[in-house]
Amino acid sequence: MLYHAPISVGLDSRRKSALVQCPRLLEFVAVSSMANKETTITEVPEHTVEIITNSGEGAQKCAQIFGQTCAKMGNGVWTVEIIPAEIEPPHHTVTSTSGNIVRFGTGLITNWGDQSKLAIAFNDQVLLSRHRLNSFDDDCIILLESMWENHEDEAIRTAYAEAMEEMSSKNYRFFAVPIEEETLKVVDNPQHGKNMFALGLLTEIYQRDLSIIEKQIAHIFRHKPAKITEINVELVKNGIAWARENLGFQFKIDSVPAEESRVVMNGNQASALGAIAAGMEICAMYPITPATSVSHELSDIFENYGGMVHQAEDEIAAAGVALGASYGGKVALTVTSGPGLALKTEFLALAIMVEIPLVVLDVQRGGPSTGLPTKVEQSDLLAALYAQPGDAPRVVIAPRTIEECFHSMITARRIAETFRCVVIVLTDANLASGVQQFTRPEFDPRWQQDPIDFSALPEGLRPYDWDPETGMSRRVIPGTPGGQHTVTGLAHDEESKVSYDPESNERGCKMRSRKLAVFQSTLMPPTVFGDEDGDLLVVGWGSTQGAIEEAVERARAEGKKVSSCQLTFLSPLEPGLKEIFSRFGKVMTVEINYSDTVGDPYITEETRRYGQLAWLLRAQTLVDIDCWTSCPGQPLRPQDIYNSIVDNLEKGVTP
Amino acid sequence: MSSIAISLLDLEADNFVCLEPEDYQTREGKWCAGCGDFGALNAVKRLLSSEQLQPEKMAFVSGIGCSSRFPHYVNAYGFHGIHGRALPIATGLKLARPELDVFVVMGDGDCTSIGAGHWLHATRYNPNLTVLLLDNNIYGLTKNQTSPTTPQGHTSNTTPRGSFLPALNPLQATLGVSNASFVAQTADWVPAHLYATLQAAYEHPGFSFVRILQRCPKFTPDVFTEQVKNPDLTELLIHEDGVNAPGLDKLFKARREHDPKNLDEARALAQRTDMLRLGIFFRDDSFPVYDEIRAVSPVSAEEKTTRLEKEFDRYAV
Repeated sequence: MLYHAPISVGLDSRRKSALVQCPRLLEFVAVSSMANKETTITEVPEHTVEIITNSGEGAQKCAQIFGQTCAKMGNGVWTVEIIPAEIEPPHHTVTSTSGNIVRFGTGLITNWGDQSKLAIAFNDQVLLSRHRLNSFDDDCIILLESMWENHEDEAIRTAYAEAMEEMSSKNYRFFAVPIEEETLKVVDNPQHGKNMFALGLLTEIYQRDLSIIEKQIAHIFRHKPAKITEINVELVKNGIAWARENLGFQFKIDSVPAEESRVVMNGNQASALGAIAAGMEICAMYPITPATSVSHELSDIFENYGGMVHQAEDEIAAAGVALGASYGGKVALTVTSGPGLALKTEFLALAIMVEIPLVVLDVQRGGPSTGLPTKVEQSDLLAALYAQPGDAPRVVIAPRTIEECFHSMITARRIAETFRCVVIVLTDANLASGVQQFTRPEFDPRWQQDPIDFSALPEGLRPYDWDPETGMSRRVIPGTPGGQHTVTGLAHDEESKVSYDPESNERGCKMRSRKLAVFQSTLMPPTVFGDEDGDLLVVGWGSTQGAIEEAVERARAEGKKVSSCQLTFLSPLEPGLKEIFSRFGKVMTVEINYSDTVGDPYITEETRRYGQLAWLLRAQTLVDIDCWTSCPGQPLRPQDIYNSIVDNLEKGVTP
Repeated sequence: MSSIAISLLDLEADNFVCLEPEDYQTREGKWCAGCGDFGALNAVKRLLSSEQLQPEKMAFVSGIGCSSRFPHYVNAYGFHGIHGRALPIATGLKLARPELDVFVVMGDGDCTSIGAGHWLHATRYNPNLTVLLLDNNIYGLTKNQTSPTTPQGHTSNTTPRGSFLPALNPLQATLGVSNASFVAQTADWVPAHLYATLQAAYEHPGFSFVRILQRCPKFTPDVFTEQVKNPDLTELLIHEDGVNAPGLDKLFKARREHDPKNLDEARALAQRTDMLRLGIFFRDDSFPVYDEIRAVSPVSAEEKTTRLEKEFDRYAV
């Protein structure tokens, strides 16, 4: 279980009192005077660290190596990227912030948690941007680049002073670090090196295993001359030495080496590897954030697995090429995000109409329109379910963890093939770039697709020989002797003949829909986290599981009768929901999307628009389900969810 | 072509049955009397018979429109998809199943308007597809609206006072695309030329783009009246690497020796409006073919599992 007590930082009392007594702008610890002081070590169950830089300064690489190292040392880890939508916006501004948050601890870490306890910032402006987002704990330790305070450019000095003044509302503990100056001792261009010096600082503060870090650096630069690895390792070592001489504090976070073997990766890597493990061989895509890195991973390695990535001319063509490939036999994949899903809708409806299996991975981002390209939201749910004219039933799955990103692709492919249907897998920017470790999968060759079945067709078999009870039928694949027929997006009968008569059309609709009910009959009811009954059930879907369960745990620790339930299957919904809901006084969804708040201007119970899962569950179960949703462009924090639970309980039980 | 090799093998088989053109048709086309689509279907049937293609080893992919009903009438696998999107489907199918012979049938609205983006890019990808643009200069199925290839001034339900713009020239557009490897034009009223052009297109390894000029009996019956009446208004492009239909020698006196490898001349000829030109404007069999350059060796499920283990070693903690 996670531990949430405030962390006491081990500065010695003399320095602490000095901090308190100093005028605000002098709250900076004068690091030079601290040299060779004894180091205080504070033991904590977990910590959250931010590395904040201008984009292009390598924060991601620094944090990736740090996070991976923590995972390899046996800590639970969760990382979150902070990325602007632009590649390199103007430096040293509040909008140029690029960074990464690493939460790691002794136990399993399932989400990014609450505020950060320690930050390394390359300049005051990017730090300010995070401060404004309330990202730091009140007594957060901040290691800030020292070169700006007395910079020769007056504008920079002024901006620095103003930033420090603004941040003085919190009790942050600043340490001035000559990051650039130290980096210049090793490289000519500090832009390519400061991140490794920062990594060295973290390595010393958290006593990370240098040999693991060295191996990772060597792996990252394996395609470059050996000299590059050497320089980077030297920078890390310099960071370590500097921290040892100057900082005087360390944190100790125990690790419990896992019994089973584990892997650590982000959700997009897990999805890509899952697609390969599922036996898919063609991925057609068009570049879109935050989905594209799935295709990067596949482009890099897919051909070793008999696969290929086709970068299409647009989102529509990507769906079309995937559908055409699936028509050829093996289930293909298309990867996209919200705006791309919108463009693909006509093709998805066609796939559903002609009953050709297809897997669509939608890595959700903030919407509508171009929205928040690099940031998380769970607002494609209803679009994934319903975005097309006509009735086009499809399966929608939302992995809840990075591990499930991997396994969902295998499940999705099998469902698509078995039921001749479209399966949409909804992950999101939080899973896509979040890094977590999970049990290494034991591969099963049966996860792969069977060779295409060209065997002789039974006498009289029709292209849509629907079993009248289940709607299921054998797919006849081009190349099968005697199976020639034309599939059509027009209404058609069992022989795939265009047919506009009322009976055929109704039969086709019924058969395509029936498959979903048949599939639902194979699903288990969801498990309830916490007691099986109580005052409030929190229902979430997809990536919010970790944060919701952490919040529920906090509430339960205070004696509140709260449980939660995290859905993976959204279409069809998992069975037994109404019965589960009936055991709780109230039911509330928690989602990263928009909903109205009753009491806002014009918003009443009648006009209120609900969160997307709430909308769906209300329609499906006729239970008066409430929702707490938020769309801040970042993952939900356990504390915010906890507050929503308390608020909801205080409102009393719905009559 | 691999399919020729297959049909030769079949000739040696004891149970070889020669398929006649009629064996490639499933049912009567439901087009209006006098529709140019019938001519295209007849030429295709002749081609399939002469090549003795096995019906289960080919696929016809179409979009939406009168001409896109084509696959329903051919004894082959067919995919009657959505408007403008035949080319992505056909490309995907060819990538997944390169051994199949894949034909694409589109109308002028389908290919040059709603699907124009795919047309340009499919030309550049250059997958081994035989592509028929059945161009009757009008939207027929939706009842008489101006298409990009409608002649300027022609009246329709959307341009009752005549279409405003010069017609789009599909040959010029296709010839302007990098990696375009086969561009030809033929006409429904010259069946021998239509057949010979399709034969050459089928034999070409790569994206064989054939524009078939035709009339819609309902909405554009007169667009080629002059040319149909007077063969002297048409110039045949001839070359030993071009379309060879000897029977046409007497009918068409205007003939031009044009080397299909000459792209500059092809573009110049495509641009000229003095005469109607039929034949192969451009052809180069050496251009990279997408489904060939992207071909990947198959890997067994067991081997994939072994390789995935190694992949996961990279992520192991």
